[in-house]
Amino acid sequence: MKINPLAAAWAIIVGHATTLKYLFRKKATIDYPREPYPHPERFRGVHELRKYDDGMERCIGCELCAVACPANAITVIGAENDPKKPVSPGERYGYRYEIDMLRCIFCGWCEEACPTDAIVLTPRFDIADFTRQRLVFGKDKLVVRDPYTQHLANTESSVETDPGVVRTDVEAKS
Amino acid sequence: MNGINPTLAFAIVTAIKAGVLIFVVVTAFAYLMLFERKLLAWFQLRVGPIWCGPWGLLQPAADAIKLVLKEDLTPATADPFIYKIAPALAVLTALMAYAIVPFGTFPDGSPISIANPNVGILFLLATGAIGVYGIALGGWSSQSKWPLLGAIRSTAQLISYELAMGLSIVGVLIIAGTTSLQGIVAAQSAHHVWFIIPQIVAFLIYGITATAETNRAPFDLPEAETELVAGFHTEYSSLRFGTFFVAEYINMITVSAIGTLLFLGGGDGPFVAQIPWLTIVWFLAKVGLLLFIFIWLRATLPRLRYDRLMAFGWKVLLPIAALNLLVTAAIVALRGHGI
Repeated sequence: MKINPLAAAWAIIVGHATTLKYLFRKKATIDYPREPYPHPERFRGVHELRKYDDGMERCIGCELCAVACPANAITVIGAENDPKKPVSPGERYGYRYEIDMLRCIFCGWCEEACPTDAIVLTPRFDIADFTRQRLVFGKDKLVVRDPYTQHLANTESSVETDPGVVRTDVEAKS
Repeated sequence: MNGINPTLAFAIVTAIKAGVLIFVVVTAFAYLMLFERKLLAWFQLRVGPIWCGPWGLLQPAADAIKLVLKEDLTPATADPFIYKIAPALAVLTALMAYAIVPFGTFPDGSPISIANPNVGILFLLATGAIGVYGIALGGWSSQSKWPLLGAIRSTAQLISYELAMGLSIVGVLIIAGTTSLQGIVAAQSAHHVWFIIPQIVAFLIYGITATAETNRAPFDLPEAETELVAGFHTEYSSLRFGTFFVAEYINMITVSAIGTLLFLGGGDGPFVAQIPWLTIVWFLAKVGLLLFIFIWLRATLPRLRYDRLMAFGWKVLLPIAALNLLVTAAIVALRGHGI
C-alpha cells in the first residue's frame, strides 16, 4: 500500500472544500405541491377536448383517435347532431368520449390523428386518485369549459402548415 | 437549608441539576439529529425535512412518536436480559460524561457543572471505554451474524483508537499540569492561549480518534450499511433502536464538548470578563462548530476499509501521538514549567 501522505491529506482538504461549496449552492429540490413543477414546453400530460371560439365542441365523433391509440385507452361513441341544438358544427359529435388514464401512455398519437384538433395533450400531470373508476376520464373532465382558456400548445402550427386537417366548410358555417 | 441534613440537601440539589442536564442533553440530541439531516441535505443540494412544523422543526418529535409506536421485537434466539439492557447501558455511559463537563461560569465565578473531580479526564476516558459495552453486548446478544460482526468491529476499533486518543490528551495534561477539566479551562483562559495552538497535532489526532470512537463516518464500520445491514443494531427496533441512536449522538456531543474544553479554551472568548454569561454562548458555539465538522466529514469522506482502519490506527496515529507526547514532554521538561 503506497500512499503519499501529503497528497492524501491534500485530497481530503480539496474534498472538504468541494462539499462546503455545495453547502451554499442553490438547492435542486422543487417544493413540488407547494410550487409548480417546471415542465418542458411540449410536455404531454392529461388530455383536453377543445372547443371552437363560439363554444361548439371540435370533436365530431369520428373515432380516429381511438383507432390510433396504441394502448386502446380511448372509447368514442358518436351520435347525430340535433339540428336545433347542435353540439358540434357538422353532422356528428362525440356522444361519449372516455380516456382510461391508467392505460394511456401519453404518446400523443390521438392528437396527431384528430382531424379537427379537438383532442390535445396539456402539461397537467398530477391526476392521482384512490379508485380506478375515477381515473377513466369522461367528457365531464375532458371538455374545456371556456374556449378562451383552452390549451393551445402543439396544435397551432399543424393547423397552419397543413390546411387539410381543418374542416374549412365547418369553420365557414360557424 | 436549616434543619435539613446537608448530605441530603446536596443529593437533592445534585439530582435536580442532573435532571435538568439530562433534559437539555436529550433535547440537544433531538435537534442535533435535525441539524445533521438538514446539513447533509444541503451538502447534497436537497432541502431536508421541511414538512413537520415550520422549517421542519417538529421533525424530531415526529421521529420520536414514530419510533415509540413501532413494535419492540426481541429475536427468539437472543439472550433477552442482555439484549434489553444493552441500549440502556449505551445511553447511560453516554450521559454519565456530562456529570463533569463545565459548560461555563456563573457571574460569581463558580463553574456551571455538576461535579469537578480532580481526575476529570480519567473519568471521561473511563465512561467512554465502558460505552463500547452497550454496542458489544447488544451485537453479541442478538445472536445474529451482522450484529456480531458490527460488535467485533466496534470493540477492535475502540481499542485501537483509544490509545492514540489517550496519548493526544496527555499532551494537554502535561502543558496544563492538571487533570481537572475546570483546571484545564482555567489554565487556557489565564494564559490567553488555547491549547489548539501548542497542541495542533494532538488536536488533529483527537479529532480523528473521536470520530472513530463515536462510530461516525468515515469510521462507521460497526454499522456499515453497505456491508452489515445496520451493524450492531440490526435486530433492534422501536425505542431500543432509538436508544442506540440517542447514545451515538450524545457521544458526538460529548466528544465535541471535551474537544472544546481541552483544545478550544472551553467558554473562553471575547468579552467574557465583562459578561460572564457569555461563557455558555462561546462554549456552545464551539461545540456546535465541532459538531458541524463531524457532519461535514460524513458528507465528504467515504468509509474506510476495515484493515486500513486498523493499519491507520496502529501504524500512523499511535506513533504520531506518541511522538507528539514525547516532544511536548521534552519541551516542558526543558522549560521547567508547562504554560
